[in-house]
Amino acid sequence: MKQIKLFILLLFLCAKLYAQDTTDLMSQLEKQEPLKTNYTFATFKSTRIITGHSVENIGKGVLDLRILHRFAPLNRGIYDFFGLDIASMRLGLDYGITNNLMIGIGHSTWQKTYDAFFKLKILRQSSGARNMPVTLSFMSSIAIRTDLAKKDTLNQRIITDISDKTSYVNQLIIGRKFSPGFSLQIMPTYIFHHNRIDSINTYTKNKNNIIYGQKRKNTFAMGIGGRVKVSKRVHITAEYYYQLPDTKPSIKFNSVSLGVDIETGGHVFQLHLTNSNGMTEKSLITDTDDKWKDGYIRIGFNISRVFNVGKH
Amino acid sequence: MKTRILFILTLLTIIDLSITAQKVYTKNGSISFFSKAPLENISAVNNQVMSTLSLPGGELQFSVLINAFHFKKSQMEEHFNENYMESNKYPKAIFKGKINELSKMNVTSDGSYPVQVSGEITIHGVTKTITASGIITVKSAVITAKSTFPVKLADHNISIPKIVKSNIAEVIDVTVTCTYNQKI
Repeated sequence: MKQIKLFILLLFLCAKLYAQDTTDLMSQLEKQEPLKTNYTFATFKSTRIITGHSVENIGKGVLDLRILHRFAPLNRGIYDFFGLDIASMRLGLDYGITNNLMIGIGHSTWQKTYDAFFKLKILRQSSGARNMPVTLSFMSSIAIRTDLAKKDTLNQRIITDISDKTSYVNQLIIGRKFSPGFSLQIMPTYIFHHNRIDSINTYTKNKNNIIYGQKRKNTFAMGIGGRVKVSKRVHITAEYYYQLPDTKPSIKFNSVSLGVDIETGGHVFQLHLTNSNGMTEKSLITDTDDKWKDGYIRIGFNISRVFNVGKH
Repeated sequence: MKTRILFILTLLTIIDLSITAQKVYTKNGSISFFSKAPLENISAVNNQVMSTLSLPGGELQFSVLINAFHFKKSQMEEHFNENYMESNKYPKAIFKGKINELSKMNVTSDGSYPVQVSGEITIHGVTKTITASGIITVKSAVITAKSTFPVKLADHNISIPKIVKSNIAEVIDVTVTCTYNQKI
C-alpha cells in the first residue's frame, strides 16, 4: 500500500515536471536573452537642424546633394516680391565615409564662399546593455570667401590675402532624443575669423586712414536647437546661436531660425524663417546683419536628396 | 520486488514523457522580406529570430525584433523603424500557431514534408489570423522549417504615403527559415 502511494506521488511529480516543461518556452527564452543595446536613431530628420549642424550623420556610402536658398528680407515689399526676387544660395555635397564620419563641401553665393567640413560622431545615445544619455558629435569647418578683391579699387592697394579670407569653426554638438516626438541639442562653438565689418567701417569713416587687412577675431557662441514632431513626416524645428557679448563682432546679431521639416522618401524639404543670410557655420553665427524685427525676416529652404553610391 | 517494479515503471514514465514532450527552438532563425515596386525593390533580413516548436503537437511560436531587420541602405532602416513599423512603440512581431499535420508525421525519419501552418500573427500591434504553406525538412533528427507568405501592409495599419506609392509594394513577401538546432 505504501509503495503504491509512493508510486502515485512519483507520477504526480513527473506530471508536474512535464507541466513545467510545457510552460511558455518562448517567454523563458526571451528572459534568457542578454540585454541588447538599443541605439537611438533619427534624433533629427536631417544632418542640419535648419542651417547649423545637428547630431545626425548620413550613413556610410551615402551622397547627399543639398541645395539651400535664403531670400532677401520680407520688408523689401511687393517690388522685390517680399524678398523672393533676391536669392542667396549654397550648393553642397556631403558624403558618409563611415556611419560615424561624414565630410562635405559647398559653395555659397554670399561672400562667394567655398567651405568644407567634417563631422565625427563620438558617442551615440543608447539604452539597454550600454546606457548613454546623449549623442556627442564634433564638427569642424573651414570657409574661404573669395569676393574680396586683391587690390582696393579706390587706391589700388592690396588689402587682403588668403589668410584674411579664411575662417575656422569648431563645434561640439550634444544632443538627446527625449521622446520620439522631442529632441534637443546644444552646440558650444568656437569661431576664428576676420572681422571685415570693423575694418570697413573704419575705412569708410576715415578715407585717408585706411586700415589694411582685417582684424582677427575669436568668437565663442552657444547654440541651441530642437525639433518637435507634428506628424510622422512633418517636424517643427528651431535653432538659436548666442554669441558671447565680449567676443561678438560689433553690429552683428544672433541668429534665430524657425522651420518645418517635411520628409518624403529620399528627400527632406526644410522650409524656414530666419534672420541669417549665411549658410556656412561662420557666416550663420557671426555674420547675421539683421534683427528679427521690422520685417528683417528671410524665407529660406533646404532641399536634400540622398544617393547611395558607396559599397554597403 | 514490488518497489523495484514501481521504480522502473516510474523511470519509464519519465523517459517516455521526455521523449514525446520534446521542444525544439532556435535563437538565430532568419526572416527576410521583399517588396517589389515599380521604382525600386527593397529587401531586409533579420537573423536573430527566436522560434519554438513543440513535438509532437506542432505548436509553433515566433518572436521577431523589428529593429533587428537590416537593410542595404541605412536610411531605409531608419524609415522602416521610425515611419512604418514604429519599432519604439511595437518592438516585436509575434506569431503563435500550429503546424497542422505535424502530429501525423514521423519527424524522427529524414525527409521533406509539405505542411500548412495556421495561427495568429501580430505585426505593428495588429493581430490577424493567417494560414501559410511551408516545408518541414528533417535531417539527422534536426528540423528545419521554411515558408514564404504574403503580408498586406494595410492589414496591419501600416500606411504608405502617396508620394512613395511606387517605391513600396502594398503586399510584402515574407520568407521564414528556421533550423531548430536547440532542444529541451
